[in-house]
Amino acid sequence: MSADFLYAIEVLLNGLMAGVMYSLVALGFVLIFKASGVFNYAQGVMALFAALTLVGIMNGEVPFSHLINAMFGTQVHDFGWHVPALAAIGLTAVVMVFFAILVEKLILKHLIGQEPIILFMATIGLAYFMEGFGDMMWGADIKPLDVGLPKGGSIWIEENTAWLGGEGQRFFGFFIDKLDMSATLVAAILVIALTLFSQYTATGRALRAVADDHQAALSVGISLRAIWVITWSIAGFVALVAGIMWGSKSGVQFSLAFIALKALPVLMLGGFTSIPGAIVGGLIIGMGEKLFEFLAGPLIGGATENWFAYVLALIFLVFRPQGLFGERIIERV
Amino acid sequence: MYYREAGDFKTSYRKDQQNFPIRFDRVHFWTMMVLAFAVIPFFINDYWANAVFVPFLIYAIATLGLNILTGYCGQVSLGSAGFMAVGAYASYKLMTSFPDLNFFVIVVLSGAITALVGTAFGLPSLRIKGFYLAVATLAAQFFLVWLFNKVPWFYNNSASGQISVPRRDMFGIAITGPEASAATKYLVCLAIVFVLGFIARNLTRGRIGRSWMAIRDMDFAAEIIGVDPLRAKLSAFAISSFFIGIAGSLFFTIYLGAVEVGEAFGIERSFLILFMVIIGGLGSIYGSFAGAAFLVLMPVLLKNALVGGLGWPSDVAAHLEFMIMGALIIFFLIVEPHGLARLWAVTKQKLRLWPFPY
Amino acid sequence: MTSTVTPDGRTIGDVLLEVKNITLRFGGVEAIKNISFDVREGEIRAIIGPNGAGKSSMLNVINGFYHPQEGEIFFHGRKRNAMKPSQIARQGIARTFQNIALFKGMNTLDNIMTGCFTHMKTSLLEQAIWWGRAEREEYVYREKVEHIIDFLEIQAIRKTPVGALPYGLQKRVELARALAAEPKLLLLDEPMAGMNVEEKEDMCRFILDVNAEFGTTTVLIEHDMGVVMDISDRVVVLDYGRKIGDGVPDEVRSNQEVIDAYLGVAHD
Ligand SMILES: Nc1ncnc2c1ncn2[C@@H]1O[C@H](COP(=O)(O)OP(=O)(O)OP(=O)(O)O)[C@@H](O)[C@H]1O
Ligand SMILES: [Mg+2]
Repeated sequence: MSADFLYAIEVLLNGLMAGVMYSLVALGFVLIFKASGVFNYAQGVMALFAALTLVGIMNGEVPFSHLINAMFGTQVHDFGWHVPALAAIGLTAVVMVFFAILVEKLILKHLIGQEPIILFMATIGLAYFMEGFGDMMWGADIKPLDVGLPKGGSIWIEENTAWLGGEGQRFFGFFIDKLDMSATLVAAILVIALTLFSQYTATGRALRAVADDHQAALSVGISLRAIWVITWSIAGFVALVAGIMWGSKSGVQFSLAFIALKALPVLMLGGFTSIPGAIVGGLIIGMGEKLFEFLAGPLIGGATENWFAYVLALIFLVFRPQGLFGERIIERV
Repeated sequence: MYYREAGDFKTSYRKDQQNFPIRFDRVHFWTMMVLAFAVIPFFINDYWANAVFVPFLIYAIATLGLNILTGYCGQVSLGSAGFMAVGAYASYKLMTSFPDLNFFVIVVLSGAITALVGTAFGLPSLRIKGFYLAVATLAAQFFLVWLFNKVPWFYNNSASGQISVPRRDMFGIAITGPEASAATKYLVCLAIVFVLGFIARNLTRGRIGRSWMAIRDMDFAAEIIGVDPLRAKLSAFAISSFFIGIAGSLFFTIYLGAVEVGEAFGIERSFLILFMVIIGGLGSIYGSFAGAAFLVLMPVLLKNALVGGLGWPSDVAAHLEFMIMGALIIFFLIVEPHGLARLWAVTKQKLRLWPFPY
Repeated sequence: MTSTVTPDGRTIGDVLLEVKNITLRFGGVEAIKNISFDVREGEIRAIIGPNGAGKSSMLNVINGFYHPQEGEIFFHGRKRNAMKPSQIARQGIARTFQNIALFKGMNTLDNIMTGCFTHMKTSLLEQAIWWGRAEREEYVYREKVEHIIDFLEIQAIRKTPVGALPYGLQKRVELARALAAEPKLLLLDEPMAGMNVEEKEDMCRFILDVNAEFGTTTVLIEHDMGVVMDISDRVVVLDYGRKIGDGVPDEVRSNQEVIDAYLGVAHD
């Protein structure tokens, strides 16, 4: 096989792994959307916030140290201890639940029955607030994150696929990052777990019932507010996982919020009420953008990942407004 | 003087539909205009021009533009900064290709070019609605910024990838470039704002404006009354982009002078303009000005108070600014989706009855 | 040619609208099955039938919101091609909706002014400058709209945001908006639903007055049989998407199939 072809396959594999992460974040969106009708723009910043909190806890940083120092002229920075990764992840999860409760209490409760677009804009406000809040709490510098996941290329895969190129080809085996592999694994497990959860548990069913009809759900005794807290907590965990994976790869920094935002076009592609749609959409976008960058990037200047997903979703939507798996909407008058 | 409409009878439809039906408002408005055109220019200095007045005026144009699209026609766009970039780069290319072209012609042409681009990106709005469309406009935002960054033709192959404005004169006075004085910059922007504000007001009070609002409020009913959604939405996109393109042009030529596209026209700028629309008031001309003024002044005041007054580091102040901005958006969406404009209207209503509230 | 005068003094003219063999399906559901009827100039034509009979769907077909799978529509004697609703509005068909579809963000006056949209001609540029034609046109139509406002007795709520109006008044504003289009054919989908007796009487009076003053041909969906029998010239009865009766009120009233449908006799 020719080297170019094999490199294209390598690109696709990497795209597939990125796609699984997109699917995971997109699932977070779908769950929130189904349960509360909110198209949550803040999902990306939630991932950033979760990762910032995780790093902060692990390093024993004092929250709001900049603010405290500014106000009282002190020089506090950290407690001088280190929290083990797993414990810190647990603590961060607690913070995300707390956050979900606050969102419900302070925002959602007051916006019941508003138009979806108003809710959407409110989540943009939320994203802004959280970005400022996260930076205020933990500082805005780029932070390395290491929770002990394996890193670097997998030698084993490289060595065992080198023969594919055959004689005389400049191909040395697939280069696949171990971190990407573990991220894919975790994401895939989570995707399956979430799908099972919403399909087969009582809470999951209640969640879907709420999505179908708020009033009806209320009348059979499902607590809307509890459901909202649960879904926002789940979205918080998903954000945490995404934050860990992407943060381990390139450090915890603001751009993380934008990577996570890729889940938006994923959703438009998949139809945002559909769990399989989120998964398939994520894979298509993950592979599509890597392949496009590989094939067309060099010709037109590169960095096409910035917009490819959005343009693809845009073009796709023009032809199929309900997305891949979304239900077709017939307007009634 | 009390705020009163009694004794101010409208004897014709013309009087009833004039810009400021209440005399107090009319007097107020013209006093402001005299101040703005004839007094402020004599006192303005570089600090006030660059920190407050010029950005306020330019953002007011962008906010008017987005308000036409979002507030009046109901189509949320997150791509405003991308369209501003189109205006800026159009101006740059026009100025460098046609050095003799009058500056105001360049500004208007930049607006027109942006209107074309905006209309093209508005086409999907026929099939896509609500937040689907909002996300789709992100495609414009990211794609346009990428385009101006990657295609050297747009920045005339300059080594830095930046564009910087050449000096242009009118009546022997520099209006762009480093030699332009604070008062000139301010007056150029003010004049354009005045004209565009007038146009926005006219468009929104007549046939076209009502067709936009009809589409916003109940699209199928609008259609059945004879409003063609295609024309209504595309005209809103075109007019809105025209305004935003002009704002982008001025942002580059008058305000910044030199621009790196990702920095000047990133997505935060799109959000800032959207926030100005929400805080000022969706679907209000007056609100567009109020929202722009509010969000231009707030960081200046915060910075003065926290950094200048309390001696905080400026990054902490910046974080606080983000938090306040986000919280304000949520606050307004919950409490008063019609923004400052409605708050003002309510206050006026109270004043009208004062001191006898019943 | 064939103009007749009804006992109420209405002049009924030629056929204005004819629907022929219309069939409309939603997926597997046949909402309208092979229905034909006509509407003549100047008449008040009622469509009645139990819930889900396909009445609203019929209006939606007439003003182009739904596209029937089969059948033809003739307006002014000419066969109508598939058109967008906005084009059909331009031909002079206006309507009101079963669930009020006013523009919530506007006041009463602006809602009604929007109804004039198809008649107003000034271009975007003229509008932008608001000088000469644009301004004059606005006042010409404002005057027409004021006439309608007087006619429907809603002067007091001119500047009220429509969302703040009680239900009955909203229905009236919607009628005003449709009238502002100066339609040849006016379609009213349950204009009196949910009103009390007094409001119904007012609404009946308005419909009759509109017909008398502007000669507007009206198609009316209504559940209140008393009202239908009182004000309509001819009645079409639908049931489960089929037409089961068509004729003057007395005829329809004595039609056995119609009686069965209304009494809920089991279908075979
Ligand atoms: N957009 C749509 N999609 C699917 N089914 C529809 C749609 N519109 C109408 N229907 C179906 O067509 C049938 C006729 O509906 P229609 O609204 O015309 O009834 P109607 O006679 O107006 O009843 P009502 O008196 O309740 O207003 C119903 O079974 C309805 O469910
Ligand atoms: Mg009906």
